[in-house]
Amino acid sequence: MNDPLSKLKEWFQGGSLMWALLGLLTLLAYDFVFVDGFFRLEVRDGHLYGTVIDILNQGSKTMLLALGMTLVIATGGVDLSVGSLMAISGALAAVLVTQTELSLALVIPLALTATVLLGAFNGMLVSVAGIQPIVATLILMVGGRGIAMLITGGQIVTFEHTGFVFLGNGHFLGIPFTLTLVLLMLIATSLLMRRTACGLFVEAVGDNETASRFSGISTWTVKLSVYGFSGLCAGLAGLIAASNIKAADSSRVGEMMELDAIFAVVVGGTALTGGRFNLLGSIIGALLIQTLTTTMITQGVPPAIAPVPKAIVIVAVCLLQSEKFRTEVAGWFGRRANT
Amino acid sequence: MRRFLPLMATFAVLIVLFAAASLMYERFFTARVIANLFSDNAFLGITAIGMTFVILSGGIDLSVGAVLAFTTTFIASLIADHAWHPLAAIPVALLIGTLFGGGMGFLIQRYELPPFLVTLAGMFFARGMAFVVSTESITIEHDFYTTLQDLKIVVGPKAKLKIGALIFLGVLGLAVFLAHWTPFGRNIYAVGGNETSARLMGLPVARTKIMVYALNGFCSALAGVVATLYMPSGNPAVGTGLELDAIAAVVIGGTLLTGGVGYVAGTLGGVLIFGTIQSALIFDGSLNSWWLRIAISVLLLVFILLQRQLSRFTTSPKN
Repeated sequence: MNDPLSKLKEWFQGGSLMWALLGLLTLLAYDFVFVDGFFRLEVRDGHLYGTVIDILNQGSKTMLLALGMTLVIATGGVDLSVGSLMAISGALAAVLVTQTELSLALVIPLALTATVLLGAFNGMLVSVAGIQPIVATLILMVGGRGIAMLITGGQIVTFEHTGFVFLGNGHFLGIPFTLTLVLLMLIATSLLMRRTACGLFVEAVGDNETASRFSGISTWTVKLSVYGFSGLCAGLAGLIAASNIKAADSSRVGEMMELDAIFAVVVGGTALTGGRFNLLGSIIGALLIQTLTTTMITQGVPPAIAPVPKAIVIVAVCLLQSEKFRTEVAGWFGRRANT
Repeated sequence: MRRFLPLMATFAVLIVLFAAASLMYERFFTARVIANLFSDNAFLGITAIGMTFVILSGGIDLSVGAVLAFTTTFIASLIADHAWHPLAAIPVALLIGTLFGGGMGFLIQRYELPPFLVTLAGMFFARGMAFVVSTESITIEHDFYTTLQDLKIVVGPKAKLKIGALIFLGVLGLAVFLAHWTPFGRNIYAVGGNETSARLMGLPVARTKIMVYALNGFCSALAGVVATLYMPSGNPAVGTGLELDAIAAVVIGGTLLTGGVGYVAGTLGGVLIFGTIQSALIFDGSLNSWWLRIAISVLLLVFILLQRQLSRFTTSPKN
């Protein structure tokens, strides 16, 4: 059962990765035909440049958020606060870098600790207090941006710190450093989830919380950890976002990013109802969004109108995943539904 | 008595906040400030009322701010660029809002899609379409609009309820009637309380759910109309984050996000709390806008925890 072919078949029949991959390939095919030089790569000063690299670089924030969001959604929850947490980590790091003498090796862990703790606060509300995830994380979604603005005093804090600027703009072994970060996070998370029992715990809690509790899983630890992890991912994404523009813009950074992340996860084959999850699928989902955005920009579509195709893709993917819709469509063609 | 507890808590907070602001700032406790609470928060109030019904039915709608933005640009564009009469443009805009909401409701109900995702797509779509209509703010200049804007009821010295506040109060009255004295209202409570039981009782679950989203689409569009009267212009970027404010107002108003429990009157309380904090911040001058966000989130936290405790005592847990 473990040979690549049957695994591939399983993917396609399970439908999990398929739609995201299909969408991404279709888009790339379109770009190959209609966009001049889309796949052109060039090496300048030993660094790789090109539209594809650009997509990977730009998409790194969504990919990171999607990693954390996948685990949260797998436990049957959702985390709306990631955009605000991005603003907080960016604001905190920018203020610490400009106004104190602390070294970057201390600033980054501090900023990340803050978002992990805030994520764990979300987890507390969900697990200990038993509040619906949408509502629990709504609190920080509303308040988090306020906290970030409080940290920066409502100003846009700019910085010139070389190390911090490298984080979002530097290159490592020829590829953007952000990509290295995403790859490291993906590999670490996959190993943790698939090589230890952690992944099983997460899926069990999402599948049936009561049953998991009775079988001895500490459900609240699991939930606390996944929301904390989501906070970590959001913190990293926030640092990258701040580094990208060499400034912390508390009121705008990460706006709507939570929705992109949720979209990436759902398109990537993880159901909002929880249970089985697919980390690679979420990454592909995130790339799909970024490719869609970049394609539209290269085609001269005004950025403000870009949400329209996004909306159509979301509804289409939701419908394709809906059993009822597939049955109905199968009915139109006079065939029996084979689900 | 117990079921009115969250409602009483909401109004207690409102009174305490208002009293504190009145003590701290001179001339806060005046008819003018109170009247302005209604005028300035009219479009938030109208969307929050629509949202109350959606949440009562057990759903959620993230598209309200975007639908409002679309409506303002659409109306402004029809009047300014296509020389339509407002009396023709407004009903068309309201119809589009209603159909849009109904369409989302249809997808949610018929294909059992998560309301959260469908209305999120709706938000992207409506916001994008607003920018398709116009990428910039369009000023509305029309005699009829000026007449509408001048409509007001004087309620005290320098205190007047403007057209937006009047529409808000009208919608409020209708909503209370709809929720408590019509079969549709009872169906909403039944569907939100327990959808399976509602279906077994033979209630029209599908129709109710779709109509709730259509009603909310109508409310969002109407809020858009009120916004054009307030500004007076159409702006595709207006109302960003309004859905969060509306949801916050509903929750602070004591409506349970699990559906089936809550009152339209509570939402009024939630909106007025929002407005009071905002006015107090303006009166103070030195406090900044982010304190509104922080204060609202603290209130949200307190109310959600309070509701959680109450529902633990009064009802058996759902899972």
